[in-house]
Amino acid sequence: MTTLDGLPTAERRSLGARLLSANTFWIALVLLALIVVFSAIAPESFLTFFNFQQLFIETAVLLVIAVGMTFVIITGGIDLSVGSVLIFAGMISAKTMEWMSPGQDASNAGWGVITAGLVVAIAGGSLWGLINGLLVARANIPPLIVTLGTLGAALGVASLLNDGTNVRTVPLELRDSLGFGTLEGNIPNLVVVAVVITVIFGLVLHTTRFGRYTFAIGSNPEAARRAGIGVTRHLTNVYLLTGFLAGIAGFMSLAYFQSTTISGHTTDNLNAIAGVVMGGTSLFGGIGTILGTVIGVFIPAVLQKGFNIIGVQPYWQMIAVGAVLVAAVWFDQQRRRSQNKR
Amino acid sequence: MTPVLQAQNIVKHYGSVEALRGASFEVGQGEVVALIGDNGAGKSTLVKCLSGAEIPDSGTILLDGQPVTLDSPVTARRLGIETVYQDLAVAPDLDPAANLFLGREIRRKGLLGKFGVLDKAEMRRRAADEFTRLGVTLQSIDVPIGALSGGQRQSVAVARSVVWASKVVFMDEPTAALGVVQREKVLDVIKRVRDEGMAVVLISHNMPEVLSVSDRVEVLRLGRRVARFTAAEASLEDLVGAMTGALTQEDAA
Ligand SMILES: Nc1ncnc2c1ncn2[C@@H]1O[C@H](COP(=O)(O)OP(=O)(O)O)[C@@H](O)[C@H]1O
Ligand SMILES: [Mg+2]
Repeated sequence: MTTLDGLPTAERRSLGARLLSANTFWIALVLLALIVVFSAIAPESFLTFFNFQQLFIETAVLLVIAVGMTFVIITGGIDLSVGSVLIFAGMISAKTMEWMSPGQDASNAGWGVITAGLVVAIAGGSLWGLINGLLVARANIPPLIVTLGTLGAALGVASLLNDGTNVRTVPLELRDSLGFGTLEGNIPNLVVVAVVITVIFGLVLHTTRFGRYTFAIGSNPEAARRAGIGVTRHLTNVYLLTGFLAGIAGFMSLAYFQSTTISGHTTDNLNAIAGVVMGGTSLFGGIGTILGTVIGVFIPAVLQKGFNIIGVQPYWQMIAVGAVLVAAVWFDQQRRRSQNKR
Repeated sequence: MTPVLQAQNIVKHYGSVEALRGASFEVGQGEVVALIGDNGAGKSTLVKCLSGAEIPDSGTILLDGQPVTLDSPVTARRLGIETVYQDLAVAPDLDPAANLFLGREIRRKGLLGKFGVLDKAEMRRRAADEFTRLGVTLQSIDVPIGALSGGQRQSVAVARSVVWASKVVFMDEPTAALGVVQREKVLDVIKRVRDEGMAVVLISHNMPEVLSVSDRVEVLRLGRRVARFTAAEASLEDLVGAMTGALTQEDAA
């Protein structure tokens, strides 16, 4: 390294060099390759507006969860509870809207009731996020255990709220607006919401001090602490954020499925984690991008759609995603090893 | 002249281990004091106590003659005390500029700044200036510092403390991982900030280095100060003798 001492300091690397060293770039190539292959095999059914519209709709809810998961994993943590928190948020929101409606039938509820439902969903999700955050950051219990606990607890409470069954009535207005409504040019509202949230929190992660501290804590918590960063408080806020986003996802899911889907979403946590990790975010913390997460979430979705269209058994998707996931983590580990050797 | 920073009878336990048993220490404005001692003598612990990273069980710390409580690194830094820790305490996944400004980020002006949006370009520019000023050479300013050589990482850690300190800089073995060229650079930086009036505390196992760069030497043994020397008058034998216990000064503790 001493041979480089003569060089001027503080050069930025070229855009190309930075691009090639980014995990995101390689995983984007994988996604692009998948799209090209499926388009080539089945141009008239895969490469259609309808197909991509469906793809985006089906990915919207998961994407919102995965954005929160990205923050948590960058701190070096994990949140297994997101799927249950999503169901809890949807359940408490639906129950609230029923309670506020005549005869406990929320079908014809207006915007006042729906807004109350949204607020309750967000508050419910945030509450579980706060519980996770306090237990992880203040009580120093490993996040895997904490969120495994709240995974069970949130689902249990959600089930208790309606005796283990799904809520029967969901406002039609909600279905027609957020659930199935579209903007100009047939862009689904559900997708718009997911995109807006993704962009906002992408900016938060990559341009603000909140984001910078998230990376710093994941990279070296002791360094962050000594630099005067309130690590406990920041970690709590990150889990709170994940719960908040799971709350919004719960409301989106309610609007789309018109049901509290108690038995759905059991693998949302794993799907979100898989998407985040495939997108180049390091399970060891300190590294990650929202763009990567978007790509990582789309890879399983594109595989599923593509296999479906070309008539491959859907089980192959699970195998393929598993392989890509393990490969992504392996690359991450290799990178870390080579770094530690210096 | 009152010392800038003075520690009296510092005691620190880690469970049943007594890391410091009434250690005293002092450093004045514009001087480099080397803190030496065998492994386990308590040097790192003393530095942590004097920089807010650990809280002593008992003892007094005086800054400019006034008693202070250093209850966190933030407090110490606010009072002008910076530290290069032996374990460096850098964030390996962040770039050098981000590490230099960690916890002191510059925000954009106006509304964006209120939202916490960082002025990355400005931080990068200022970091580049500081690195140039301190003679730290990096092949690029936007790689994670975990990807740099150990020596460069250490240079960044040294630069970070020197840039922000106004009174005292502690350096816990800042040259341990360095090659000859970079070691000389760090020693140059130490002399330069000393000449600007800073108090510098250097921990090192390299005795020739200690004798060449420091003005005074204080020796710790088994958690206590056992000897103090003026560097110009001390010999290698004196230092080694004091560290091993062969030589003791009655008035040092
Ligand atoms: N965090 C800790 N927990 C327990 N014991 C510690 C800790 N830090 C230091 N010690 C002990 O305190 C003593 C002094 O250590 P240290 O200050 O690191 O010495 P030095 O830096 O002079 O080599 C040693 O016996 C060491 O094992
Ligand atoms: Mg030490």
